[in-house]
Amino acid sequence: MPDLSMSHASRFKRALPAAASIAALLAIASPAGAQTVFVSNEKGNSITVIDAKTRQVTATIPVGERPRGIALSPDGKTLYICASDEDHIEVLDTESLEVTGTLPSGPDPELMTIAPDGSRLYAANEDDNLVTVIDLATGDAVAEVQVGVEPEGMAVSPDGKTIVNTSETTNMAHFIDADSFEIVANVLVDQRPRFAQFTDDGSEVWVSAEIGGTVSVIDVATKEIKKKISFSVPGLQPEAIQPVGIRITKDRSKAFVALGPANRVAVVNAQTFEVEKYLLVGQRVWQLAFTPDESELYATNGVSNDVSVIDVAKLKTVVSIPVGSFPWGVAIKP
Amino acid sequence: MSFTIRAMAKAACAAVTVAVAALSPGAASAQTAPKLDIPIVYITRAEDARLSLSFVDPDVKEPGVWGARLALKDNQTTGRFLGHSYSLIEVVVPEDGDVTAAFEKEIAAGHRFFIADLAHDDLLAIAQADGASDTLIFNGRAGETDLRTETCFPQVFHTALSLAMRADGLMQFLVWKRWPDIFLLSGSGPGDPAYAEAMRKAARKFGAEIVADETYSYSPIARRTDSGHIQVQTQMPVATQGAGDDYDVLVVADENDTFGEYLPFNTYAPRPVAGTQGLVPMAWHRVQEQWGSTQIQHRFEKQAGRWMEERDYGAWLGVRAIGEAVTRTNSADPAKIRAYLRSDDFALGGFKGVGLSFRPWNQQMRQPVLLTNKRILVSVSPQPGFLHQRNRLDSLGYDKPETSCDLQ
Repeated sequence: MPDLSMSHASRFKRALPAAASIAALLAIASPAGAQTVFVSNEKGNSITVIDAKTRQVTATIPVGERPRGIALSPDGKTLYICASDEDHIEVLDTESLEVTGTLPSGPDPELMTIAPDGSRLYAANEDDNLVTVIDLATGDAVAEVQVGVEPEGMAVSPDGKTIVNTSETTNMAHFIDADSFEIVANVLVDQRPRFAQFTDDGSEVWVSAEIGGTVSVIDVATKEIKKKISFSVPGLQPEAIQPVGIRITKDRSKAFVALGPANRVAVVNAQTFEVEKYLLVGQRVWQLAFTPDESELYATNGVSNDVSVIDVAKLKTVVSIPVGSFPWGVAIKP
Repeated sequence: MSFTIRAMAKAACAAVTVAVAALSPGAASAQTAPKLDIPIVYITRAEDARLSLSFVDPDVKEPGVWGARLALKDNQTTGRFLGHSYSLIEVVVPEDGDVTAAFEKEIAAGHRFFIADLAHDDLLAIAQADGASDTLIFNGRAGETDLRTETCFPQVFHTALSLAMRADGLMQFLVWKRWPDIFLLSGSGPGDPAYAEAMRKAARKFGAEIVADETYSYSPIARRTDSGHIQVQTQMPVATQGAGDDYDVLVVADENDTFGEYLPFNTYAPRPVAGTQGLVPMAWHRVQEQWGSTQIQHRFEKQAGRWMEERDYGAWLGVRAIGEAVTRTNSADPAKIRAYLRSDDFALGGFKGVGLSFRPWNQQMRQPVLLTNKRILVSVSPQPGFLHQRNRLDSLGYDKPETSCDLQ
């Protein structure tokens, strides 16, 4: 059960007078720094909008079938949504909360990432073993890169020069040069790599392996695995531990890893790679996102239809917020 | 006599050539590794397809081989990053042909990796053939008990579900549902007594009870009969009346699909039907779309033009197991591949939510069992609460102390 601390309970009470009907208006009218959380609901075919200050759901936006991976443009104005069963990416205006267009993605898009300068979108196209590069100014696919079987995880280095894709059946992290679109290295990791995340200094890429149960920390300079992190929760069978989403603090002090059906988020010391704590969240936790000040971490719990909010300083789950059916992806706008 | 199709998957080979050229800068890690050629022989026997009682069941063309072909493409895609090239040699033994001769011919050609899409006796024949001990054979089809409990071969790995895993998967679900009283109705066709026996053993294992155990001889009629349902509607209640209504579930053993499909809604007592028809324990079915299987189902259908069947899945697992072991060991030596497949390091993603591995004592692949009807995935075993000291998947099928096989 989430620990509902006093301070949060009182905030919750203060927020109550803001009735649901006007809450939607507040979200639109709210000033910068409001911290708006977007959650994709895979089965609900919707995006839930949460005000991170009040922790109230302010809007639910119907979108295309089976929304999974979501990503914000660097300026926060646009949310890109993989509508998996529509075989395209939807473009949502985060001010008007309206879907304004679609982008090509190939069949069954699942995860994507946006270049740091906002110029391109990189999407994994699982059906054809391709990474598709989309020019966001024109909305056209400008390049395709042949990768391993079932490409899924997508990450881009902070300098924008390197793209990393993980292939779930080939079990590799493919490093792709963002200028030439050539693969420069392939790193074999454990079974079913789902997600890749660069450290903020660009020196490491962390890759989770869902079936392997590990996170591989890859040294970007040498393309060698410098550490393979394993997880163990007393009373849980090892196969229940299935790492998916990863977030690392900017100062590289801590990393958080969502462990799927283990219903926990692991806290890892990102310097020593020791697992320090397991935080109990909802059922089948998959994706994670920090608030912009990194004070809080949101985690999507697919089976329990809610998101858990983790206090990053106290390393405690402080509240859970009911969202739509089978929450999958999460992105937070400053 | 056998005829051999040298299917080098031309399209895929062309793709590999292009890819290697395009990706040469990416081959940095591969340049130091040895280049490997891994030919894999898929061997099956021509036979008449069994007609299903239901007209909605798809007419399955070439069951098995399409799974091997898809896995070959998957291996090739991975292999091109490592300098490993895979090929598939498809051998179809004629209905009255000599499977041993066909197998030995492939060994003489230097081939060591085999996917056996063969029935029990043919599999035994090749496992005992001259030179078989230098090969690795992956059984993607035969589920018989003796191959897991008495007659085990160091060179044979089973990617097909065993009969015991099937029965245990279903029985766990019935016990979890608290439907422990079972009316077992077995047909008189080949395979039915063995299926029924697996159900009896599973019931004892998990604390269910066979409260009625009957055999039903049904003379198969043409599946197209005008007004046929009128007869069926009276035959099935009569066939099931003897058990009264003092049971929870009817478990049917009708491997040849001669009458089992008629049972749901036609039983004397209003009871659900499971077993070879009704709620069926399966290794794979089209209804399964969890754990990323949307992708493999889609890829398979795009390539084969039909659904992926159990035999396809068994062959896919065999070819992928070889590929995974070659990738990790950087070797095509059967002894090294065998050692890796038996080790704790081996885990294969098989779109069932957990890593699949081999039980060292009989080299049966551990895997979850899907419980499906023709329309939907109902559940997946092992069920909650059925634990095991080693691996939860070992609650399904023959555990180490239950078999005389102790492969090293």
